[in-house]
Amino acid sequence: MATQQEGGGRLSAVLSPEEQAGQDRFNQIIAEDSRIEPRDWMPEAYRKTLTRQMSQHAHSEIIGMQPEANWITRAPSLKRKAILMAKVQDEAGHGLYLYSGTETLGTPRDELNDQLMTGKAKYSSIFNYPARSWADMGAIGWLVDGAAIANQVPLCRASYGPYGRAMVRICKEESFHQRQGFEILLELSNGTPAQKKMAQDAVNRFYAPSLMMFGPPDSDSPNSGQSTAWKIKRFSNDELRQRFVGMIVEQIKILGLTLPDPDLRFDAETGTWLHMDLDWVEFKAVIAGNGPCNAQRLQRRRDAHNEGAWVREAAAAYAAKMARKTEVA
Amino acid sequence: MSTHDIDHSLDSFGDSTASATRVTPGNALRPEDIAIAQAKPSEQVAEYALRLGDDALILAQRLSHWISRGPEIEEDIALGNIALDQLGHARSFLSYAAKVWDKTEDDLAYWREEEDFRSLHIVEQPNGDFGVTIARQLIISIYQHLLYTALLESSDPTIAAISAKAVKEVDYHRDHAIAWTLRLGLGTEESARRMRHALDVLWPYVGEMFEDEELHATLGDVAVAPSTLRAAWDQEFSAVLADAELALPTIPFAMARGRRGEHSEHLGFILAEMQVLARKHPGASW
Repeated sequence: MATQQEGGGRLSAVLSPEEQAGQDRFNQIIAEDSRIEPRDWMPEAYRKTLTRQMSQHAHSEIIGMQPEANWITRAPSLKRKAILMAKVQDEAGHGLYLYSGTETLGTPRDELNDQLMTGKAKYSSIFNYPARSWADMGAIGWLVDGAAIANQVPLCRASYGPYGRAMVRICKEESFHQRQGFEILLELSNGTPAQKKMAQDAVNRFYAPSLMMFGPPDSDSPNSGQSTAWKIKRFSNDELRQRFVGMIVEQIKILGLTLPDPDLRFDAETGTWLHMDLDWVEFKAVIAGNGPCNAQRLQRRRDAHNEGAWVREAAAAYAAKMARKTEVA
Repeated sequence: MSTHDIDHSLDSFGDSTASATRVTPGNALRPEDIAIAQAKPSEQVAEYALRLGDDALILAQRLSHWISRGPEIEEDIALGNIALDQLGHARSFLSYAAKVWDKTEDDLAYWREEEDFRSLHIVEQPNGDFGVTIARQLIISIYQHLLYTALLESSDPTIAAISAKAVKEVDYHRDHAIAWTLRLGLGTEESARRMRHALDVLWPYVGEMFEDEELHATLGDVAVAPSTLRAAWDQEFSAVLADAELALPTIPFAMARGRRGEHSEHLGFILAEMQVLARKHPGASW
């Protein structure tokens, strides 16, 4: 393309005839609510937006393994240990499908991983909070995975085919994780006073960060308009946050716990749930790298990568040797 | 949006979306089933099941530490999956053993003291680098594969049934360990050096795996005397090392008596971590 073209719908005289045909076809696919596939022509900005969003999502899955892996060796029953291990494995799997999906847009996984390790790429800021107690395994499953599902179910219909299809599978597993988290909290809430206290404390700590997972308020979300026009995004940040609050406000009653939100109420006039003001200064500080665990999470990823370098080199050298052998034979 | 809505909205996507963790019919034997089944072991059979269960449990605990620390995400998944399989075997053997004392798998895992564990020293050894973990996996997976294969003929139907499930899974663990031993042995000078080191580090604890106890003779057809696995293990293990151009270590075996409750210094730390939360809340359920 001869010039940076931001809009999917705008036509420009500088497009070559082939590009113009590609742009027309792209516009038609979006208008028909069909799927863009990897070999289809797409505007550079669409490719860039998706690469950023999908890789951030992949990084979030990979970094998100850490707070939960923190409790695998201390899980309080063997059954819970098995469930938690399977869950963290699922997250690694989600990371892999999403990296593979992102690679179809032309950026290799190594490069995406470098962006993560150098701090150039972001991931969901909630994973920069520590998982301090066993009840956090419940709160992360119920609130964090719950918020992720509310965000991700609409992405199953995202205009980019590989993304939408990856999200279908991921949402199925996330929905299972959310129930597991809920069940952990339910068990704790019905357990000893110390267990119930642990559960309430975890909900208190994860409530506001999970609401912030939907991103800044619509009034302060600069990229949303274009993503909506491209049918990547289907609902606004505030709409999704609303739905999520409406869901957990019912579920917390079954848990016998409370949400730490004195302002929470249903506004009959607008038919929406009003929640407390969220601390967007803290949100921005955590995204900027100053959360409680940002440094630790990234260092762990870098350590795993660096300490595994000799293993990957050996695997590559072995594969090359075997390929030469096959050639000779 | 409720979780019900989410499921409903996903229904239209069909079977291609089935969970990767779905239980297939061949994997139907669960520790929960064993716990409620009629079959109850004798005290001696329970002692034998403890040995099998404790090896698997401590190995699972060690391997699970790799999750989020592997050299590739694929290895986080692979080692995590092996850990999960081992944990499943441990849960089954411990659930079975526990019945004779009217206890549960968790009573045995969380409330026994160090000297009551019956694990081998080899499974207690630290993960080390990826090479040490792979060398330990090669040693153990070949051993467990031979052991569970022999236990298919156990006259105790529960031991035989757990072994039948375990042997299929351990077969994959062995494939994984062999594939990596070849890659590391034949890959680079550095990887070959690390594998030689890993084998030297672990070799002292190989001898204990094959030591017979009185219990084996007493149990007869229920158990497998470990010494009977030695020749086949030597042959298979040496063949893999030869293919990987790695030499068999010539280091003598250490005195290791885990089966008598005399453990390495590592086990205390493993148990401290594993048991800490459960022991803070006696009587709690999770």
